[in-house]
Amino acid sequence: MTLNALEIAAFTLVGIALLLGLLRLMLGPGAADRIVAADTLSVTATAGIAGFAVFYATPLYLDVALVFGVLAFVFVVAIARTIEANRPGDTEDRA
Amino acid sequence: MRLMADVFLLLGAAFLALGALGILRMPDVYNRIQAGTKSVTLGAVSFLIGVALLHPAWWAKVLCIAGFILFTSPVGSSTIARALFQAGVRPWRVDDAAATPAERRLAGGTAPGATE
Repeated sequence: MTLNALEIAAFTLVGIALLLGLLRLMLGPGAADRIVAADTLSVTATAGIAGFAVFYATPLYLDVALVFGVLAFVFVVAIARTIEANRPGDTEDRA
Repeated sequence: MRLMADVFLLLGAAFLALGALGILRMPDVYNRIQAGTKSVTLGAVSFLIGVALLHPAWWAKVLCIAGFILFTSPVGSSTIARALFQAGVRPWRVDDAAATPAERRLAGGTAPGATE
Protein backbone atom coordinates (compact mmCIF):
# COMPACT_ATOMS: atom_id res chain seq x y z
CA MET A 1 0.00 0.00 0.00
CA THR A 2 1.56 3.27 -1.09
CA LEU A 3 1.01 6.38 0.98
CA ASN A 4 -1.03 9.24 -0.42
CA ALA A 5 -0.49 12.95 0.24
CA LEU A 6 -2.75 13.12 3.30
CA GLU A 7 -0.88 10.29 5.03
CA ILE A 8 2.48 11.87 4.25
CA ALA A 9 1.20 15.15 5.72
CA ALA A 10 0.03 13.33 8.85
CA PHE A 11 3.41 11.63 9.35
CA THR A 12 5.17 14.95 8.79
CA LEU A 13 3.01 16.56 11.49
CA VAL A 14 3.90 13.76 13.92
CA GLY A 15 7.56 14.43 13.14
CA ILE A 16 7.06 18.15 13.81
CA ALA A 17 5.40 17.29 17.12
CA LEU A 18 8.36 15.11 18.10
CA LEU A 19 10.82 17.88 17.18
CA LEU A 20 8.92 20.54 19.18
CA GLY A 21 8.73 18.25 22.21
CA LEU A 22 12.45 17.54 21.89
CA LEU A 23 13.11 21.29 21.79
CA ARG A 24 11.28 21.74 25.10
CA LEU A 25 13.15 18.73 26.48
CA MET A 26 16.47 20.44 25.65
CA LEU A 27 15.49 24.03 26.57
CA GLY A 28 13.37 23.35 29.64
CA PRO A 29 14.44 25.67 32.45
CA GLY A 30 14.01 23.08 35.17
CA ALA A 31 13.82 19.35 35.67
CA ALA A 32 10.02 19.58 35.93
CA ASP A 33 9.68 20.98 32.42
CA ARG A 34 11.88 18.21 31.09
CA ILE A 35 9.78 15.52 32.77
CA VAL A 36 6.55 16.99 31.38
CA ALA A 37 8.14 17.17 27.94
CA ALA A 38 9.29 13.56 28.23
CA ASP A 39 5.78 12.47 29.22
CA THR A 40 4.24 14.21 26.21
CA LEU A 41 7.01 12.95 23.98
CA SER A 42 6.41 9.34 25.05
CA VAL A 43 2.72 9.47 24.07
CA THR A 44 3.63 11.14 20.78
CA ALA A 45 6.27 8.50 20.14
CA THR A 46 3.75 5.72 20.83
CA ALA A 47 1.49 7.13 18.12
CA GLY A 48 4.53 7.55 15.88
CA ILE A 49 5.51 3.89 16.27
CA ALA A 50 1.97 2.93 15.28
CA GLY A 51 2.60 5.13 12.26
CA PHE A 52 5.72 3.05 11.55
CA ALA A 53 3.47 -0.01 11.46
CA VAL A 54 1.46 1.65 8.70
CA PHE A 55 4.59 2.84 6.91
CA TYR A 56 6.21 -0.60 6.75
CA ALA A 57 2.81 -2.39 6.50
CA THR A 58 3.65 -4.85 9.26
CA PRO A 59 1.73 -5.22 12.56
CA LEU A 60 4.93 -6.08 14.47
CA TYR A 61 5.45 -2.41 15.33
CA LEU A 62 2.13 -2.33 17.22
CA ASP A 63 3.65 -4.65 19.85
CA VAL A 64 6.63 -2.30 20.02
CA ALA A 65 4.27 0.62 20.57
CA LEU A 66 2.42 -1.19 23.36
CA VAL A 67 5.61 -2.14 25.22
CA PHE A 68 6.99 1.37 24.76
CA GLY A 69 3.81 2.85 26.23
CA VAL A 70 3.97 0.58 29.29
CA LEU A 71 7.64 1.37 29.93
CA ALA A 72 7.09 5.13 29.47
CA PHE A 73 4.24 5.06 31.99
CA VAL A 74 6.42 3.28 34.53
CA PHE A 75 9.20 5.82 33.88
CA VAL A 76 6.90 8.80 34.43
CA VAL A 77 5.43 7.45 37.65
CA ALA A 78 8.88 6.53 38.98
CA ILE A 79 10.29 10.02 38.29
CA ALA A 80 7.22 11.65 39.83
CA ARG A 81 7.56 9.59 42.99
CA THR A 82 11.24 10.53 43.16
CA ILE A 83 10.39 14.25 43.02
CA GLU A 84 7.73 13.77 45.64
CA ALA A 85 10.13 12.00 48.00
CA ASN A 86 12.68 14.85 47.81
CA ARG A 87 10.33 17.66 48.83
CA PRO A 88 11.81 20.32 51.12
CA GLY A 89 11.00 20.17 54.82
CA ASP A 90 10.57 16.44 54.72
CA THR A 91 11.99 15.09 57.94
CA GLU A 92 10.94 11.46 57.57
CA ASP A 93 13.49 8.98 56.37
CA ARG A 94 13.35 8.46 52.63
CA ALA A 95 12.90 5.09 51.05
CA MET B 1 -12.84 4.08 4.10
CA ARG B 2 -9.38 5.17 3.05
CA LEU B 3 -10.43 8.82 3.05
CA MET B 4 -11.99 8.51 6.50
CA ALA B 5 -8.82 6.89 7.82
CA ASP B 6 -6.74 9.70 6.32
CA VAL B 7 -8.96 12.33 7.93
CA PHE B 8 -8.54 10.67 11.34
CA LEU B 9 -4.77 10.34 10.83
CA LEU B 10 -4.44 14.00 9.83
CA LEU B 11 -6.66 15.21 12.69
CA GLY B 12 -4.69 13.18 15.23
CA ALA B 13 -1.35 14.37 13.86
CA ALA B 14 -2.56 17.98 13.96
CA PHE B 15 -3.57 17.60 17.61
CA LEU B 16 -0.19 16.02 18.40
CA ALA B 17 1.62 18.95 16.77
CA LEU B 18 -0.58 21.51 18.56
CA GLY B 19 0.03 19.79 21.90
CA ALA B 20 3.78 19.93 21.30
CA LEU B 21 3.42 23.62 20.38
CA GLY B 22 1.54 24.16 23.66
CA ILE B 23 4.38 22.44 25.54
CA LEU B 24 6.75 24.91 23.91
CA ARG B 25 4.70 28.09 24.35
CA MET B 26 2.91 27.85 27.72
CA PRO B 27 4.32 29.95 30.57
CA ASP B 28 4.80 27.43 33.39
CA VAL B 29 4.87 23.75 34.26
CA TYR B 30 1.20 23.30 35.13
CA ASN B 31 0.02 24.96 31.93
CA ARG B 32 2.41 22.76 29.99
CA ILE B 33 0.98 19.65 31.68
CA GLN B 34 -2.52 20.73 30.60
CA ALA B 35 -1.54 21.41 27.01
CA GLY B 36 0.61 18.32 26.76
CA THR B 37 -1.82 15.82 28.25
CA LYS B 38 -5.24 16.74 26.91
CA SER B 39 -4.34 17.60 23.38
CA VAL B 40 -1.78 14.82 22.95
CA THR B 41 -4.11 12.15 24.38
CA LEU B 42 -6.86 13.12 21.94
CA GLY B 43 -4.36 13.30 19.10
CA ALA B 44 -2.84 9.89 19.81
CA VAL B 45 -6.23 8.18 20.11
CA SER B 46 -7.45 9.80 16.90
CA PHE B 47 -4.24 8.77 15.12
CA LEU B 48 -4.72 5.18 16.32
CA ILE B 49 -8.34 5.21 15.09
CA GLY B 50 -6.94 6.24 11.73
CA VAL B 51 -4.46 3.35 11.80
CA ALA B 52 -7.25 0.91 12.67
CA LEU B 53 -9.41 2.20 9.80
CA LEU B 54 -6.49 1.92 7.40
CA HIS B 55 -5.73 -1.70 8.39
CA PRO B 56 -8.96 -3.18 9.82
CA ALA B 57 -7.26 -6.51 10.59
CA TRP B 58 -5.14 -4.88 13.30
CA TRP B 59 -8.04 -3.54 15.34
CA ALA B 60 -7.42 -5.63 18.47
CA LYS B 61 -3.85 -4.45 19.06
CA VAL B 62 -4.72 -0.87 18.17
CA LEU B 63 -7.59 -1.00 20.64
CA CYS B 64 -5.15 -2.23 23.32
CA ILE B 65 -2.78 0.67 22.66
CA ALA B 66 -5.57 3.27 22.55
CA GLY B 67 -7.13 2.01 25.78
CA PHE B 68 -3.76 1.97 27.44
CA ILE B 69 -3.03 5.56 26.38
CA LEU B 70 -6.48 6.67 27.54
CA PHE B 71 -5.82 5.04 30.91
CA THR B 72 -2.21 5.99 31.60
CA SER B 73 -1.78 9.47 30.16
CA PRO B 74 -4.09 11.27 32.64
CA VAL B 75 -2.80 9.15 35.52
CA GLY B 76 0.82 9.96 34.67
CA SER B 77 0.28 13.69 34.28
CA SER B 78 -1.78 14.01 37.44
CA THR B 79 0.94 12.11 39.30
CA ILE B 80 3.52 14.58 37.97
CA ALA B 81 1.36 17.58 38.88
CA ARG B 82 0.73 16.30 42.40
CA ALA B 83 4.42 15.56 42.92
CA LEU B 84 5.41 19.01 41.68
CA PHE B 85 2.87 20.73 43.91
CA GLN B 86 4.05 18.81 46.94
CA ALA B 87 7.67 19.55 46.03
CA GLY B 88 6.88 23.25 46.35
CA VAL B 89 6.47 24.47 42.75
CA ARG B 90 3.90 27.28 42.88
CA PRO B 91 1.45 27.84 40.02
CA TRP B 92 2.03 30.76 37.66
CA ARG B 93 -0.02 33.91 38.37
CA VAL B 94 -0.96 36.91 36.25
CA ASP B 95 1.31 39.09 38.42
CA ASP B 96 4.34 37.08 37.37
CA ALA B 97 3.92 38.20 33.76
CA ALA B 98 4.38 41.89 34.65
CA ALA B 99 8.00 42.90 34.23
CA THR B 100 8.33 45.87 36.63
CA PRO B 101 6.78 46.55 40.07
CA ALA B 102 4.71 49.41 38.59
CA GLU B 103 3.26 47.10 35.98
CA ARG B 104 2.66 44.52 38.68
CA ARG B 105 0.68 47.10 40.68
CA LEU B 106 -1.29 47.94 37.55
CA ALA B 107 -2.07 44.30 36.89
CA GLY B 108 -3.42 43.79 40.40
CA GLY B 109 -4.62 40.24 39.85
CA THR B 110 -6.85 41.02 36.88
CA ALA B 111 -6.60 39.68 33.37
CA PRO B 112 -3.63 40.90 31.28
CA GLY B 113 -5.90 42.55 28.74
CA ALA B 114 -7.44 44.82 31.39
CA THR B 115 -4.21 46.69 32.15
CA GLU B 116 -3.84 48.76 29.00
